Amino acid sequence: MGFYPIAHGCKARAMKSFDWTRNEVLVFGVILAFCALAAASDPNFLSIPTLTDLMRNSIVLGIFAVGAMVVLVSGGIDVSFTAVAAFAMYATTVLLRDVAPEMGWPVAFLVAIAIGAALGAFNGVFIALFGLPTLIVTLGTLSLFRGALLTFIGTAQISNLPSGMRDFSRWMMLRGTDADGNFYSLHWAFVFLVVVVIFTWFILNRTMLGRAIYAIGGAPESARRIGIDVKKTQMFIYVYVGALAGLAGIMHGSLARISNPQDLVGLELSVIAAVVLGGARLTGGIGTLTGTLLGVALIVLVRNSLIVIGVPSVWQSVVIGALILLGTGLPAYQSLRAQRRAA
Amino acid sequence: MTWLRTPEGRLAVIAVAVFILMAMVNPERFLSVQNLTSMAFQFPEFAILALAVAVAMLTGGIDLSVVGTANLSAVIAATVMANYTGGGDGVGIVIAASGLALVVGLVAGLFNGVLVATFGLPPILATLGTGLIYTGLALVITGGPAVLGLPPAAAWIGNSTVLGVPAPLIVFGLLAAGIGWLMMRTSFGLKTRMFGANPLAARYAAMDTGKVLLKLYALCGTLSAVAGLIIMSRANSAKADYGSSYLLLAVLIAVLGGVNPYGGYGRIIGVVLAVLSMQFLSSGLNLMGVTNFAREMIWGALLITVMLINTLASRRTL
Repeated sequence: MGFYPIAHGCKARAMKSFDWTRNEVLVFGVILAFCALAAASDPNFLSIPTLTDLMRNSIVLGIFAVGAMVVLVSGGIDVSFTAVAAFAMYATTVLLRDVAPEMGWPVAFLVAIAIGAALGAFNGVFIALFGLPTLIVTLGTLSLFRGALLTFIGTAQISNLPSGMRDFSRWMMLRGTDADGNFYSLHWAFVFLVVVVIFTWFILNRTMLGRAIYAIGGAPESARRIGIDVKKTQMFIYVYVGALAGLAGIMHGSLARISNPQDLVGLELSVIAAVVLGGARLTGGIGTLTGTLLGVALIVLVRNSLIVIGVPSVWQSVVIGALILLGTGLPAYQSLRAQRRAA
Repeated sequence: MTWLRTPEGRLAVIAVAVFILMAMVNPERFLSVQNLTSMAFQFPEFAILALAVAVAMLTGGIDLSVVGTANLSAVIAATVMANYTGGGDGVGIVIAASGLALVVGLVAGLFNGVLVATFGLPPILATLGTGLIYTGLALVITGGPAVLGLPPAAAWIGNSTVLGVPAPLIVFGLLAAGIGWLMMRTSFGLKTRMFGANPLAARYAAMDTGKVLLKLYALCGTLSAVAGLIIMSRANSAKADYGSSYLLLAVLIAVLGGVNPYGGYGRIIGVVLAVLSMQFLSSGLNLMGVTNFAREMIWGALLITVMLINTLASRRTL
């Protein structure tokens, strides 16, 4: 704690050392309440298999969310990352299958990350160089990338993956059965999420680049005047997010043991919902990795286990929608009241 | 030739150019009465959604819940109609259920307005959340499958013609003209655009900004419900996830039409021209045997290109 971004500092001046109304605390509370309710109705809920399921389902969503959060912090919004991920995943699968079927998974991962970064740079050119609105550009590239993938590369799903990706899918960190005889396993892919989180944390909180990202989100004009190269920073952000999307895409394909070009697109709003639940603001300058991961955990819990607390799963999107309104409504309402008091 | 320097002027050129191009490539089929009529039946439903998005964008906001609102209104209307057991073609129940759908749209829109105006939520997130809620409620009501078994009269609005003009086109024409008048010729429209250009200045000018936003989002919701009714009538059923690709398309058309996503500028004629360009392009490509995926790609490229031209052009004039 204690390392607040610059932009957060001025808005949070009046707050005490620990603020109970922060999104992170709220989301954590909701997660605890959810688990308590679930445990009350099903004693088997609090078990290792539930935990490993939650972790497994958070991997791809979590990497997406880290990328989406970096964009939000910089004051932009990216809705194209799912198309980038699908493109990188499928193009890499096809490339490996046709050109180098015997290559190991690290090659596949590097290729996918490179493709993702290239597509991210495409976004970056229009956003950083030409200054177009981020929502419009990424909305356009969402259909552009997806359309190009399905038109030029292919539409058929590939279930016979190249050997490298197959090897990766079998790479378990731990597996076993718990006391009740339920099977559980955790894939090494989870470590990738951890590495991505630590690496991003380091960039955001320990480098000048990270300061620049928060600064251009908080106030672009001020950032420019203190000598930050806004265009270069934005370019980095979109390339980085593209690379993360490429990584998430190839991991999704490997873990699912199928490469389906029509997959992933459609997830983007759920991911942004998770990030926003975790306290990142659309207006930029505010957002933490802790909050983002808690947001992801909550969304995954709702998607997987709503039925356990006695709510039929058709209510899933109503619940997620309501959580978004609650998670964004509270801080928005507070700042509105603070504004009105000041005015 | 100053009109050529406006986004609408450029768009008019694009619309005409696309039409001529498609007509030249495939004259017998593109210019056939059958193709022209089917285009006129196809575009009004997403054009009305685009009107709703454009109106929200004028304030610097956006409405991502238009498709959710449309489906929720349609599902509620269809459920009422499907449970109607009286005989005949059911004109009375169709009118009543359509009225109910409009009320649902109005309430859904008002709820968006309350979130944005009273609670100060960013419009993107408020309507992202309510969009999920409205779609979710439609899913809860139907349980998943489409609502079928509508009375015969329900097919009228989406499939019939009046004096040779398709009914959905008439509805769209009336709505576009009405909203164009509302936004350009009334004090409400002026206030809307003023708020979009500079919310703080609008408040200092003693404008009741909350009331304007409430009315505006209510209008968006009602428009969405109209689109929902047309979709329902054309499909002769209602479902929670009809028209899910229309959201992107509606935003795309609004931006293509020259509406500034940051608010303050936009003309309804631009939206109409954008709709026409998109429909000419879609139908033309369709006749040429181009797949849906390639069409999606071209839409995306078109959006970015037009945005780029508008931005570069406005920089030059500054």
